[in-house]
Amino acid sequence: MGKIKEALQKGKILVSDGAWGTFLQAKGLKAGECPELWNLEHPEEVFNIARSYIDAGSNMVETNSFGGSSIKLAHYGLEDKAYELNKAAASISRKAAGSDHYVLGSIGPTGKILMMGEITEEALFESFSEQARGLEDGKADAIIIETMSDIAEARTAIKAARSSTDLEVICTMTFEKTKTGEFRTMMGFSPSDMVQQLKTEKIDIIGANCGNGFEDMIGIVREIRKADPDIPILVHANAGIPVYKDGQTVFPETPEQMSSYVHNIIDAGANIIGGCCGTTPAHISKLKEMIKK
Amino acid sequence: MSEILEKIAYCVEFGKINQQSPYPPDMKGQLGADELTKEALDTGLAPEDILKKGLVIGMERIGIKFRENKVFVPQVLMSAKAMSTAIEHLKPFFQSGDVKRSGIFIIGTVAGDLHDIGKNLVSMMVEGNGWEVVDLGTDVSADKFVNAIKDNPGSHVGLSALLTTTMINMEHILKEVKAASPETRVLIGGAPVSEDFKNKIGADFYSPDPQGAVEYLNSLVA
Repeated sequence: MGKIKEALQKGKILVSDGAWGTFLQAKGLKAGECPELWNLEHPEEVFNIARSYIDAGSNMVETNSFGGSSIKLAHYGLEDKAYELNKAAASISRKAAGSDHYVLGSIGPTGKILMMGEITEEALFESFSEQARGLEDGKADAIIIETMSDIAEARTAIKAARSSTDLEVICTMTFEKTKTGEFRTMMGFSPSDMVQQLKTEKIDIIGANCGNGFEDMIGIVREIRKADPDIPILVHANAGIPVYKDGQTVFPETPEQMSSYVHNIIDAGANIIGGCCGTTPAHISKLKEMIKK
Repeated sequence: MSEILEKIAYCVEFGKINQQSPYPPDMKGQLGADELTKEALDTGLAPEDILKKGLVIGMERIGIKFRENKVFVPQVLMSAKAMSTAIEHLKPFFQSGDVKRSGIFIIGTVAGDLHDIGKNLVSMMVEGNGWEVVDLGTDVSADKFVNAIKDNPGSHVGLSALLTTTMINMEHILKEVKAASPETRVLIGGAPVSEDFKNKIGADFYSPDPQGAVEYLNSLVA
């Protein structure tokens, strides 16, 4: 199948998948339950999520391993299962993706803050390395380090993925719009800070996920593209901003509303487009339709 | 305000913990909140003045800058660390009753949710503004909140959540807290939480930033 980067060099726009977390919840994952444990206890449900995105037209699908670092799993006493859970996550997505779609092994933040001394860089590196190895052994094609807000943590994860696997490495951070209309992560980094400071790590694909609906992603992609004219950009946007309705929180943006921004995001410079919280196979199917046009 | 109190406020505002601390780079080698607080006590300044005219002023300034997006989480964390290091010197005076704090604030991340960065920020900001904080940690059940209120009469409660699925647990906790202690004010916050959500579940206060919570709490004892 070759590398994702090579497919992009041919000028193709690729479609990624939609939400995992909110999808698992819709399938019955309870608050406080470990999502990654489903890879062993409900593999068929996890498979169905991955498969539904492939069926909707995704060129690539993620893995159910966002919180799969041993550091995160320790909350549930599952730190010793990190390798196994990540390997299972990638195997399930691989099965759904077959040999003609990419599998992106998901790595999320640990929630520990390096600068506060809550964790050492060495411990982070170890934890991310183990996770990345599990994902590679489960046959992922790439590692996607996502929802990052701290450059130092992102850099450590990239280094870990680079040195412990042969996979392509993607990194996306989560930006919010400030009162003055700039985009910054929770830790204060802008999209151009991200590009400049992570460039030295030779990542293959960079981008943004979560935090925003499709509309605000346009500005973020523009800023990334301005900072680097060549690097491939991936976007995973939420289905709008959550609203509370009848005892539930819902992401309000419909596939039709979302699709109206697709061409603007491509014009801004995005190469891979998919969804984050609240997006469904219906959103991905609509995306695919728009991109074909 | 005396010069040393202003210096303490400045150290807290800019996150200068102690002399060894390399942060912020432009204050390298200078005394930090730690040494200055000790010095202020040694020179006979009232502990209450050190708290309310020094530390609290610094925390208020960083809280406002954070609300205005002029600084981000790392700067607030460094300020909070400077504040908490300094406040260690004042602990004996809290225990002896020489310094009265504004009140007791109980905080926790709601049941099912393990995220603590936002909760910790609010906890540190409220403590740094002269309140005693009882931090119940993450994944906190309604029972734990209710028991903490019983142990700390007259306290108020803050509920935090990061996930859309756990934020809905706030409604249940709020009901239990109000049933057990109607006069307790319940503040809510977290990325998915909004003023609209606050109104729908009937909580007392919502703020998108920690400083809002501080100002609301202070208004209750003003």
